[in-house]
Amino acid sequence: MTDKTPALRLENIVKTFPGVRALDGVSFEVLPGEVHALMGENGAGKSTLMKVLGGIHQPNEGRILVGEEPVVMANPLDAKAKGIVFIHQELSLAEELTVAENIYLGELPRKSFGRVDWKTLHARTDEILAQLKVGFDARTVVGTLSIANQQMVEIARALTVDAKAVIFDEPTASLTDAEKVVLFEVIEDLKRQGVGIIYISHRMEEIFRITDRISVLRDGQYRGTLVTAETDEDEVTQLMIGRSLDLSRNESHAELGDVAVEVRGLSCGDLYRDVSFEIRRGEVVGFYGLVGAGRTEIAETLFGLREPSFGQILLDGEEVRLHSPADAIARGISLVPEDRKGQGLVLGMNCRDNMTLPQVDDLKAGPFVAEGAEVAIFDQYRDRLDIRTPGWRQLVGNLSGGNQQKIVIGKWLSMHPTLLIVDEPTRGIDVGSKSEIHKLVRDLAAQGYAVMVISSEMPEVLHVSDRIVAMYHGELIRSFTSDEVTEDNLIQAISGIRPDEKAA
Amino acid sequence: MSEAMQSRPAARTGGLTGAKVGTFLARQGILIAFVLFMVGFTVANERFLEPDNILGVIRSSAILGVMALGVTFVVISGNLDLSVGSLMSFSTIVVLDLHDKLGPALAIPAMFAMTLAIGAVIGFLVGYLRLNSLIVTLGMLSAIHGLTLTYSGGQNMDIADKEGTWFSVFGQGEALGIPVPILIFAALAALLGIVLAKTPFGRKVYAVGGNGTAATFSGIRRARVVFSCYLVSAFCVATAGLIQASRSMGSQNTVGQGMELEVLAAVILGGASLMGGSGTIFKTVIGVLILGFIQNGLLLIGLEFYVQYVVTWIIIILAVWLDVAAKRGRLLSPIA
Ligand SMILES: Nc1ncnc2c1ncn2[C@@H]1O[C@H](COP(=O)(O)OP(=O)(O)OP(=O)(O)O)[C@@H](O)[C@H]1O
Ligand SMILES: [Mg+2]
Repeated sequence: MTDKTPALRLENIVKTFPGVRALDGVSFEVLPGEVHALMGENGAGKSTLMKVLGGIHQPNEGRILVGEEPVVMANPLDAKAKGIVFIHQELSLAEELTVAENIYLGELPRKSFGRVDWKTLHARTDEILAQLKVGFDARTVVGTLSIANQQMVEIARALTVDAKAVIFDEPTASLTDAEKVVLFEVIEDLKRQGVGIIYISHRMEEIFRITDRISVLRDGQYRGTLVTAETDEDEVTQLMIGRSLDLSRNESHAELGDVAVEVRGLSCGDLYRDVSFEIRRGEVVGFYGLVGAGRTEIAETLFGLREPSFGQILLDGEEVRLHSPADAIARGISLVPEDRKGQGLVLGMNCRDNMTLPQVDDLKAGPFVAEGAEVAIFDQYRDRLDIRTPGWRQLVGNLSGGNQQKIVIGKWLSMHPTLLIVDEPTRGIDVGSKSEIHKLVRDLAAQGYAVMVISSEMPEVLHVSDRIVAMYHGELIRSFTSDEVTEDNLIQAISGIRPDEKAA
Repeated sequence: MSEAMQSRPAARTGGLTGAKVGTFLARQGILIAFVLFMVGFTVANERFLEPDNILGVIRSSAILGVMALGVTFVVISGNLDLSVGSLMSFSTIVVLDLHDKLGPALAIPAMFAMTLAIGAVIGFLVGYLRLNSLIVTLGMLSAIHGLTLTYSGGQNMDIADKEGTWFSVFGQGEALGIPVPILIFAALAALLGIVLAKTPFGRKVYAVGGNGTAATFSGIRRARVVFSCYLVSAFCVATAGLIQASRSMGSQNTVGQGMELEVLAAVILGGASLMGGSGTIFKTVIGVLILGFIQNGLLLIGLEFYVQYVVTWIIIILAVWLDVAAKRGRLLSPIA
């Protein structure tokens, strides 16, 4: 392809887990100064390949070359020493420590007698943070940061090392557009310094914006490499899932029924103020806005996780007070939460038990859990959502990120809720499954469910919603029907510009 | 580099590689260690495997075992219970005292009610008020001890008429040639094993311990689950107190002292994680038996009684190490 020596090469890597051949003879390389995308469906083996490279997993077969030289990545520290920096799909920060401590963990600058040199530590950290244009400083405790900002800390950590190659495993899954722009600048910088960059993402627009080449994995096998400038989304999709996708905007409208949920003048501290809206049966309402606009907090209130300070919630016309998720679930509300690892799943539990957890009291045979019924539910949603796992006994923590997300979705769909709230439902989900999930959301509406979709992805909101509500800083700015909405007026609304202000 | 290539065909056949054997050993490490100890002790002293000795070991482990069953629930739910030893002393003293005042038929339910009430207080503090279980139960350890002394006025408790009561059956009786304490232990283990593995409540215990936030997000009332675990623990402690009282028909105020650590050791030996979310009743029973047999074996081969404290500790460290090693798939830390 070129005459440059790759910064890094993986040759014929095989990696198996009990019951799974995650990588089946995969080869992959990245050139210095290249951004090389690694794509594939959920469970295709992308993260596993990178974990082999990062010294987290040892391959069963195959070898790794840094420059011309074969190496063994004995452990993550070893890989780091060899210039491999890994930004993980799942965050791996110490929540109780400060940003600075996290970034320099294990190599804190020292003074005499081994005392930590806090001054230098904080100065160095702030320098890197300035480069990333983030709104927090070195002394901030990581646990107080949003997921997006925690992701920025992970990225900052990568910038402290003299890297040969940097691996980004779905770095933008929880970043805002503004943060993405900063990230892309950082990547440009690294590229100019001759660092090889491996970029994993399910988002086509990013892939086409920043990468030079695209390699595709499918079912643990290498499928081919495309030059980004010479290909298009369709070709990549074909290679990934073996078919093309229909990505048209939502035109179908389900028959609208009665109002399923109505919210009147709802406020919660300064998280959101005076919010009113309604969702009818058969309707999908998209909530669009920047991270921090208050959408997740509204969802949490509707799910009984927060008490509102003012206002009313009406379900089927009747005012309700929800004090716990158990209350909300009993009233037919489901929430697919934003943070799958923290809120959605018990990672040490198997797939089936996770999926049926909210209804375990209802699935009974005498005093016991009806395991047969549970397996039936699991099988149904595994097929419907195309969840890749060797079986229901697999621990959820061993599934790929996207497949974990599908378990959470299946868990709440199987509750047959009246109101289904989904918060960033397709985070980390591959393009094929994404359109499946969108279809599923439309189907649910057609069956008479009310659906509230919170998403930071404009195409997703446009694609699934009958109506779109734009929020800005805790206020509901405007509600659009799908005929009125355009990308422009949506972007204005989420920046806080109301239609009348624009006219003036 | 050619080595890596040549290794391919061999690995493809999928035979047992060194790594796999290692993981297997680590995963089944506790059982394997147990078998090795048994073999070793048997070689050292042939009396070790005699039915009498085996029954004797199980019988003397029964009290500890019954307590460990309850603590297993608490540990899986992600909490600790360090008050069980002191609570067992309380139960024993109370039931002995009430025996002579109310007669056994009333004394036993009264003692269970009082023990459960204390369990409910702990469950309330840890479950509903969300106080740290280590601190709560450590505090309870001494608070309950104080309560016991207040109750007894510091006196030993004795049943006056040791011959004329059926109360001795729980600790000294036999059915089908098997001591009653063993039968109680086995029955309770079977019952609680089924509750934990097969009922919705058991499932919720695992969920709450595995990820409390996700459990809440799934509509599980976390406080109620934790509260219930402490009730289960208190119930087991009351049962243990009953066996203890019935076996000795008289007791000091400190009969359960120090047992909280032994109980916890048995639970951890069985492989329950102190982080919560894992463990089973079956494994706890194995843990209890390992402790019992090892202590017995050490005595039989003629070691000082006190040596067993040290050996027990070494075994626990070994168990925890193997457990961690199994999880990360190698014996030493990858970042050693
Ligand atoms: N520790 C593990 N134990 C067992 N199976 C595993 C383990 N890690 C990964 N797998 C399996 O290996 C396969 C590949 O997983 P991997 O995480 O590499 O997928 P991925 O391509 O990164 O997917 P995603 O886009 O969803 O992140 C999956 O089937 C997964 O279940
Ligand atoms: Mg992945």
